[in-house]
Amino acid sequence: MKRRDFFKVLGGGIVVILIPDDSDAQESGGGRRRGFNEPMPPALSAWLHIGENGLVTVYTGKVEVGQNARTSLSQAVAEELHTPVASIRMVMGDTELTPYDMGTFGSLTTPRMWPQIRKAAATAREMLVDLAAEKWKVDRSAVSIADGTVTAGSHTAGFAELTKGQKLTQTIPTSAAVTPATEWKVAGTSVPKINAREIVTGAHRYTFDMKRPGMLYGKVLRPPSFGAALVSLDSSAAEAMAGVKVVHEGDFVGVTAPDPFTAEKAVASLKADWKQLVAETSSRDVFDYFRKTAEKAPTPSPNLTSYTAAFIAHTPLEPRAAVAEWEGGKLTVWTGTQRPFGVRSELADHFKLDEDQVHVIMPDTGSGYGGKHSGEAALEAARLSKASGKPVKRAWTREEEMTWAYFRPGGVIDVGAKVAPDGTITEWEFHNYNSGPSGLNTVYAVADKKEQYHQTKSPLRQGSYRGLAATANHFVRESYMDELAHAAKMDPLDFRLKNTKDDRLRAVIVAAADKFGWKDRKKTAGHGFGIAAGFEKGGYVACCAEVAVTNGQVKVVRATEAFECGAVVNPEHLKNQIDGAVAMGIGGALFEAIEFANNKISNPRLRNYRLPRFTDMPTIESVLVDRKDLPSAGAGETPIVGIAPAIGNAIFDATGQRLRSLPLAPKGVSPSSESSPAPAP
Amino acid sequence: MPRITELDVNGSKRRLDADADRTLLSVLRDDLDLTGTKYGCGEGQCAACTVLIDGVPTRSCLTKVGAVAGKRIVTIEGLAPNGHLHPVQEAFIEADAMQCGWCTPGMILGAVALLQKNPHPTEADIVSGMNGHICRCGTYPRIVAAIQAAAHKGGHA
Repeated sequence: MKRRDFFKVLGGGIVVILIPDDSDAQESGGGRRRGFNEPMPPALSAWLHIGENGLVTVYTGKVEVGQNARTSLSQAVAEELHTPVASIRMVMGDTELTPYDMGTFGSLTTPRMWPQIRKAAATAREMLVDLAAEKWKVDRSAVSIADGTVTAGSHTAGFAELTKGQKLTQTIPTSAAVTPATEWKVAGTSVPKINAREIVTGAHRYTFDMKRPGMLYGKVLRPPSFGAALVSLDSSAAEAMAGVKVVHEGDFVGVTAPDPFTAEKAVASLKADWKQLVAETSSRDVFDYFRKTAEKAPTPSPNLTSYTAAFIAHTPLEPRAAVAEWEGGKLTVWTGTQRPFGVRSELADHFKLDEDQVHVIMPDTGSGYGGKHSGEAALEAARLSKASGKPVKRAWTREEEMTWAYFRPGGVIDVGAKVAPDGTITEWEFHNYNSGPSGLNTVYAVADKKEQYHQTKSPLRQGSYRGLAATANHFVRESYMDELAHAAKMDPLDFRLKNTKDDRLRAVIVAAADKFGWKDRKKTAGHGFGIAAGFEKGGYVACCAEVAVTNGQVKVVRATEAFECGAVVNPEHLKNQIDGAVAMGIGGALFEAIEFANNKISNPRLRNYRLPRFTDMPTIESVLVDRKDLPSAGAGETPIVGIAPAIGNAIFDATGQRLRSLPLAPKGVSPSSESSPAPAP
Repeated sequence: MPRITELDVNGSKRRLDADADRTLLSVLRDDLDLTGTKYGCGEGQCAACTVLIDGVPTRSCLTKVGAVAGKRIVTIEGLAPNGHLHPVQEAFIEADAMQCGWCTPGMILGAVALLQKNPHPTEADIVSGMNGHICRCGTYPRIVAAIQAAAHKGGHA
C-alpha cells in the first residue's frame, strides 16, 4: 500500500504511521522493499488506523503461528488506546496491506513490535484527545478516554464521532511515551486467545483449508533421494487422465488435477529415471563428518568431553501449504510462512517480477517453531498455477514436510573446564560444530573463556528452530556443569550459584529450586533429580526435573520451570508457552531424531518419528518472575532450553549414567548405554 | 468403480459424487468443504482428522468414504449447531487449551467421545483415553484441564 493510497484503501479517519528508530530500521531490513515507488520512511514498522466508523485496525507484518502474537499485540493497542480488545482488528503478514517485516522469529515480536504498536496506539489516543478538545472547545487536559469512549465534562463521544470526516495522518518516531508496566490495565493480564472461537468450531481457514473458484490441486514428483537429477520422464499415462496437466520444467515435475485424488494418481503414474548421488555420510557417522568438514581447522585443547545432538524435525501439525493464482501478470499467494515478505522475494526472484507484482498473504497458521521460514509450497503452487492458468493449491503430505523442508541442525559439541578447589570455574572451553552459535556463550562468570562455533558441511538442509542452537548449547553446557559439580563434590544447585554473578540468572535458579523443593528432595529407587539454567533471547530460565527410570524406560515425572522475560505481557499465555516448550523439549531430549542414509530420510512418518504425547507429559509447575521494571522480552523459545539438560542430569542422578547424546534415551537407558566418567577437570 | 452419492453429515443428507475408495477426510474437506477436520499425518498417528461415526471417534484419514455411507457422521462443524457451543468447546476456550489450533477440532471430538463413554474420567483416564491425539504445541496440560472442566459441568450432554 502506498502512502497516498492510505485513505483510498482504508477509508477516512486517522492513521498513525510508526517510524522505527535507526537501530530498529537496520534490524527490520528496510532496504528490500523493491516496488514502493513513492518516498516512504525507510522502514515502516506498523500502521494504526481508526476508521470513520470508529473501528481500530492495526497493520503489522508479524504473523500468528500459535504463539498468540495476535492477542498480545491487541493487548498493546487496548492498553494505550483505552479501548476494549474486542474492538481491535489486527491485520497481519499481508505484503500489500502491512508494512515490511523481516519475519516472525527470534522471539522479536514482543521486544520490538509490541512496544512500537503501543507507541502508535498512544499517539492515536492523543490525536483523539486533540480532536475532542477542538470539537468541544475544551482544554485537552479535560478530555479522557476509557473503554472506547471519549469524555470531557458533559461531552461524550465514541471514536467514530471524532474521526468522521477526518483524513489525518501522523508520523511518529518510536520514542513516543507509553504507559509504564506498573500502571498497565490490559497488558499484563490474561486476555484469552482472540480467535479461539473460530478454532474450536473449525471455522478458521488455514491455508490448507482454502479454496478459490476454479481451483486445481497440485502435486509434485519427488526425487528418490536428495540431489538426484532427472534423466528421463514418461508422463503419457498422466497426460491421458481427464483434467490432468503435467508441468515439466527441468528437474521440476508437477501435475494439476481437478481433485487431490486424481492428482495423486497422476503423480503415481509418472515414470521417471533419476541419477542419484553417492551419499557423503549418514545419521550414523554424521558426527565425525561434522568434525572432518569444519571450515577452519579448530585448535581445541586435548581431553575435551564430547556431546552430540541429532537432526530433528519441527513437525508443525499443519504441513506446508499454499494457494496461488495469477491475474494479469500479478501473482497472489496464500501460504503459512513465518516470513511473508521473504517468500514474496523468493517468488519475485523466481518469476523475475517486481515485488509489488507479488502479493503474499499469511492466514493464521498451524504452527512453525522456526520451521516455516521458506516458501517451497508457495513456489510450487505458483509454478503450477502459472502453467495451468488456474488457481492451484499445494498441500504437502506429512512425508514431504519431514523430507523436503529443513531440519534443526545436528551437531557435535566439545567442552572442557578447570575448577578451583572452592568450586570456582577458572577456565572454560566450548566448541560447537554445525549446530549453531545461538546460546554459545556461557552465562556463568568465568575469567578465561574460549567459545567457538565451527561451520561445517551439512548433509541435510537445515535451518532455524525453536531457540535454534541454544537448545543444544544449553544441553551441553548445563550437563557439563553437572559433571563439574559432581567432580567437585558440590550440590549442582550450589555449584551454579557459586559461579553466577548475574542477579537475574540467580533469581530464576533460586525460584525454580524453591518451588521444586530442590533442597528437600529425597532420593528413592529409580528416581533422580536434575537442574539446569540459562539465558537466551532476553529471557532467563531455570528448570528442575524429576525422572523415574523403570525397566530402562525414562519418564519425566515433574518439571518446574522459572522464567523471567521482563514485564509479563499475558501470564496465562506465557504459562502455555512454557508448557509447550517443556513438551517439545522432552521430545528432543528423550527420543526425537531424524535418521538418514543414502541421501534419504529413513523415518519421515509419525509412525517411526516419535512425538511427545499426553503420556509423556510430567506435572509442570511454572514460576513467572514478573519484572515490571524491565522491558518485555519474547517467550516462545527460551523456555525450551532448560528441560533437556535437567532431564539428562536427573537420569545421571537416578542411574549413574551420563548420557551425552541427544536424544538421550530413544530406546530407554540400559547398563550398556554410552556413558563414561567425566575427565578430571 | 463404485461411487458414493450421499452422506449423513451433521444431521443432514449431503449429495455428492465420490469414488468409494477415497478417504473420508478428503471428501469432507475437498467435496463438502468441511475443513474443520484436519489432515496431520495420513496414517492415523495424530488424530487431527478425528470425526464421530455413529458416535465412535474415527480417524477419517484411514477411513474409506465407501465404508461410512448411511452412517451418522459428526464433524466439528456439527458440534455447535446454531452457534451454540458444546460444553467441551466452551471448556477449551476457557482453559485456553490451544496454541496454533490445528489439532483442536480432533481433540474436541475425541474428548466428546471420551466423555460420552466415561462422564467422570480421572486425570489418568483422560491421559490414556486421549493419547492417540498429538498436540505439537504441547498444550496437553490445558487440554486435560479443559476436559476435566467440561466433565465437571456435564460435558457429555
